[in-house]
Amino acid sequence: MTWLSDVKLNHLQSVVGDPDFSSTKYTFVKELARGGMGTVYLAEDRKLNRHVAIKVLNAPESTNDLRERMIREAQIIAGLEHPGIVPVHDVGTLPDGRIFYAMKFVRGSRLDEYVSRGAPQRDRLRKFQAVCDAVAFAHAHGVIHRDLKPQNIMIGSFGEVLVLDWGVAKIRDDAHSPAAYQTMEGTVIGTRHYMSPEQERGEIDQLDERSDIYALGAVLYFLLNDQTLSKAAKAICFKAMAPEKENRYSSVSDLSADIGRLLDAEPVSAYRENAFEKVGRWTSKNRFLVLLVLAYLLMRIIFIFTSRP
Amino acid sequence: MDPDTDIGGPLHRFPVTNHSAIINARSDDQVVRRRAFDAILASYWKPAYKYIRLKWQADNEDAKDLTQGFFANAFEKNYFATYDAAQASFQTFLRTCLDGFVANERKAGRRLKRGGDRDHYQLDFAAAEDELAAHASSSTLSAEEYFHREWVRWMFTMSVDAFRDHCEQTGRSVHFQLFERYDLSDDDGEVSYASLATEFKLPAATVNNYLAAARRDFRRIVLHKLREMTATEAEFQSEARSLLGVEVK
Repeated sequence: MTWLSDVKLNHLQSVVGDPDFSSTKYTFVKELARGGMGTVYLAEDRKLNRHVAIKVLNAPESTNDLRERMIREAQIIAGLEHPGIVPVHDVGTLPDGRIFYAMKFVRGSRLDEYVSRGAPQRDRLRKFQAVCDAVAFAHAHGVIHRDLKPQNIMIGSFGEVLVLDWGVAKIRDDAHSPAAYQTMEGTVIGTRHYMSPEQERGEIDQLDERSDIYALGAVLYFLLNDQTLSKAAKAICFKAMAPEKENRYSSVSDLSADIGRLLDAEPVSAYRENAFEKVGRWTSKNRFLVLLVLAYLLMRIIFIFTSRP
Repeated sequence: MDPDTDIGGPLHRFPVTNHSAIINARSDDQVVRRRAFDAILASYWKPAYKYIRLKWQADNEDAKDLTQGFFANAFEKNYFATYDAAQASFQTFLRTCLDGFVANERKAGRRLKRGGDRDHYQLDFAAAEDELAAHASSSTLSAEEYFHREWVRWMFTMSVDAFRDHCEQTGRSVHFQLFERYDLSDDDGEVSYASLATEFKLPAATVNNYLAAARRDFRRIVLHKLREMTATEAEFQSEARSLLGVEVK
């Protein structure tokens, strides 16, 4: 009988848990990240000689119907060709029955890591707009992400923004039909602090684009949490994260437009300003002009006083 | 720690497995119950013995008697039939029973004697004692963690032996030899797929495929043993997650 040392035991536990890619064109390299829905591995595509990120879903889906549905969803997500959506290259089933997706391996940092480096507020808002663009594109194609959070957003080496992890995304076959949602009612999908109240209650038939808008509001709040915020910025967060989805933005484009107005120091739809705030914002936006006028007035005053006999 | 995506909710239901020795330990059929008990004994005697030695500071003779006595008592009184999966894992239940048994024996000042009317199991205590002597724990594990760790070690040890037998019976001894050289060898970092290909005179791709197949079979054996030692699908999933770090079907 073989004595297994701690080192050997750890090794065995690891290799037995590692996915078996032998029936695929991928070679296992290492584990990248582990989450509640699955584990992401770095693998090498032997045919194309490149690295890919492979997500192996944990969900013990046991019926052919479910497996086929997940593969179909992956195919639809793979069709979302947008620079802000990480491309899905491949989908398949491992010998143990687990589903895997092969995606582009993105080099860069996650949104939470990017924030921790102290990026300026305007840059953060521009990145957020890029996230909104990607999500809006997906919504336009009937796809709801359902798990938007800073850990699922990458900032690439060249500053590009990519939304990852569409593993629990849902496809709306019919924009008005709740039956299009095929996840069982009562199932809770998402991440605490980022999932909408209707998601938290497991009301699958109530989930729509506005559930993603709630998550985007939570991501925006995370992005700006360590910053001094204007009332308008806070109002955008609160509107996106309204408990009742009817009170949220009706589309991601509307949310993105408000962020654009915030960046341009224009009035945002989420907040009604009083007269003083309007003046303050106008002054802030036209600081150079105001300074110019003030300088002119000062010079006039000086001239008037100095030119008196 | 990153917030994890959750998938679950009130509709999660788990069916009861039918390969479980824990379930079969409740059987009215004596043969089924005996077989289930033997499987539990095989999986737990060594962690139990080591646990008694360390937690209860028993000398080796006492620990042998207490281990024999505990399992004999468990069979006679049908302890394991009272296990309720909703309360705790079977491992926790067994350890709690073991603690209770040893505490009672100590309190009563009894020294169990092997033999007599009681069952006397053929267990290799000498090997367990050698392992204790050669690999005295220097870690900071609690008694409970130590029991769990030893149970995991024993599960994998038995699985390695079962895998060796399986390979011999199916004419795949090369698979086992590769697995042994790469995954069980002490030559950390010295063995590579390429070196194995040279050593076994096989193409590197074949080494890759054989090792993948070996790990797949080994994994199946580990999971089979695990399923045998759990009562419900939920417990099986939880233990598999703990042992292998992944969800399994």
